[in-house]
Amino acid sequence: MANNKKRFMQGNEACTEGALYAGCRFYAGYPITPSTEVMEICAARLPKMGGVFIQMEDEIASICAIAGAALGGLKSMTATSGPGFSLMQEGLGFACMAEVPCVVVNVMRSGPSTGFPTGPSQSDVMQAKWGTHGDHPAIVLTPASVEEIFHETVRAFNLSELYRTPVIILYDEIIGHMREAITIPGPGEVEIVERRVPSCAPSEYKPYDVQGGEIAPLASYGEGYRFHVTGLYHAADGFPTNNTKLIEEACHRLLRKIDDNKERIWKNEEYYLEDAEIGIFAYGVSARSAKFAVRELRKKGIKAGLLRPLTIWPFPDRAVEEMAGRVKAIVVPEMNMGQIVYEVERVAHGKCEVKGIFRVDTEPIRPAQIMDCITGNGSKPPAPNSKMAEMMVERDMLDG
Amino acid sequence: MSTPAEDVKPLAKKKKKVPFNYSPYVRGGKLPHIWCPGCGHGIVLKCLLRALHTTEISKDDIAMVSGIGCSSRTPGYVDFNTLHTLHGRALAYATGLKMAKPKLKVIVTTGDGDALAIGGNHFIHACRRNLDMTILVYNNSIYGMTSGQSSPTTPQGKISTTGRYGNIEPTFDTCSLAQAAGATFVARGTAYHFQELEKVIFEAMMHKGTSVVDVIDACPTYYGRFNKYKTPTEMMEKIEKEGTVSVKQADKLLPEELQGKLLRGVLYKSDRPEYCEEYNKLVIAVQAK
Ligand code: SF4
Repeated sequence: MANNKKRFMQGNEACTEGALYAGCRFYAGYPITPSTEVMEICAARLPKMGGVFIQMEDEIASICAIAGAALGGLKSMTATSGPGFSLMQEGLGFACMAEVPCVVVNVMRSGPSTGFPTGPSQSDVMQAKWGTHGDHPAIVLTPASVEEIFHETVRAFNLSELYRTPVIILYDEIIGHMREAITIPGPGEVEIVERRVPSCAPSEYKPYDVQGGEIAPLASYGEGYRFHVTGLYHAADGFPTNNTKLIEEACHRLLRKIDDNKERIWKNEEYYLEDAEIGIFAYGVSARSAKFAVRELRKKGIKAGLLRPLTIWPFPDRAVEEMAGRVKAIVVPEMNMGQIVYEVERVAHGKCEVKGIFRVDTEPIRPAQIMDCITGNGSKPPAPNSKMAEMMVERDMLDG
Repeated sequence: MSTPAEDVKPLAKKKKKVPFNYSPYVRGGKLPHIWCPGCGHGIVLKCLLRALHTTEISKDDIAMVSGIGCSSRTPGYVDFNTLHTLHGRALAYATGLKMAKPKLKVIVTTGDGDALAIGGNHFIHACRRNLDMTILVYNNSIYGMTSGQSSPTTPQGKISTTGRYGNIEPTFDTCSLAQAAGATFVARGTAYHFQELEKVIFEAMMHKGTSVVDVIDACPTYYGRFNKYKTPTEMMEKIEKEGTVSVKQADKLLPEELQGKLLRGVLYKSDRPEYCEEYNKLVIAVQAK
């Protein structure tokens, strides 16, 4: 399209642009570093589009407000970081249980607690799956560039509508605050999924009746369908039940609706993986270093390859299993003390060696650190030989 | 002895009273409710439905949102757009819903623990924003659903499972809190004065802005039992009848006579701008730029 201009944009701005492109018309949030720009841009953009922006009293209120708005028929989003994401866990569980589509962005910062608010991290990746209590489904996306944040935000809205579930977008402070070139697609160029609404008469509507598939259509409040929504285990009509059989079935179905569709939810990038002898499994900013490391290792004659998940949950079991069957070892660099590495280990199931590279000093994992781990120079952050050399590596890394 | 003619006359004049028909508002098959015999919540529900009927708002345009607790089970029994959420969070959900669909008449049914303890922050901010919604606080001074712990409205000295030697914490006054936080309609009623309560709820619902009704009702199962009230009726008489004074009566009483009594009726009213309307104005202004 002629008017699809290339723009220079921050990751958090790309997230907002993606949300608006996907049809998000409701944002509720609370300021927190390093995600605040998402909120600030929504505050500027949504009123112009006739959408709703509201600053809530805390993150708990924010996630509850977006679920309320979603039931009122609007595509809704909130964004937060670390402590705010912790506060949102109960509300996330409600949205899972009540099957309310909404999108939650977590721009990861260092923790626990207040940690180092302006420092990046990848340490919420397990919380994103297991943060709320009880067995529940999770869809979590991990973009690694500004352009990808845009597209993954659109995909997050699409998935949330398709599967009637909250979708989490996880990226770290580096990508959130990084500026890169991005081309915003024109209207209609990227598919937008709209909510499936009931076609039956209001008197026949059951908000959790899955006879027509695993996901029931969702009516909006105030449109003649007077239905009930609760965080209690409920029957097909939405009303609470203490029937043990129905409870079991409801829990199974919640998990099944994601599990049965994981092939459609999974999204990976493979980079030089075909003939790789050493595999790297990396997401978010660490994958950018990994890509650079792969190129450098290949130059040295080491057959390294990268598997990069854009959907981290449901975990890409199949792709990891295949990789584990082909390579001698898988290296997992992540900016935490070891989280996803254990998932890789679980799936590799002894087929190959699995080794983690962890870093929590709020500095990104350098390509050299990954290369050293693979060539046998240990997994500690390397002492750079020359500051200049390392800076050059970093600049390259940012390019792709 | 009266003549036959005299007997007939007054009878003929008397209008035949049609009993209120609750069934259009109650969801088929959802009764009986879970509330204990003697619980005040049923009376509150009755007043609420009668008041709603008088407003003539269509059922499709009513949304009832609640948190967690005995009172928060109310939406499950009524035929509106109903949302039973998390403990303390009803007002946050209600805020999102109201902003997304401003045409909805939003009613929040909550309890003293739900609204004033775990949901206290949402309560004051909802009042401050002044969204057009009605908040009914079923205030029985105890956590009923979890079997009788102290709440922010348990009077000092009263017994609960977490205040076994008498509660030492001071209480919140729902109405003062609501008014201070910015609610534009503040009232109190009791389950005992059910006709008054119906009127007050009706007025609250007709008010544009955040209206709060503190409804004093009884939890005989826990509060009553622990604090040696023999029957639910005794509770209603001691707490709701003798413990309150209507705003009108209060004018005629001396300060000493008002000691320890809660005021009933509409306590405060103002017409500060309503939030949805203000937001709408902002959208129009921004779009015109
Ligand atoms: S426990 Fe108390 S508040 Fe709850 S239903 Fe029983 S009497 Fe009512």
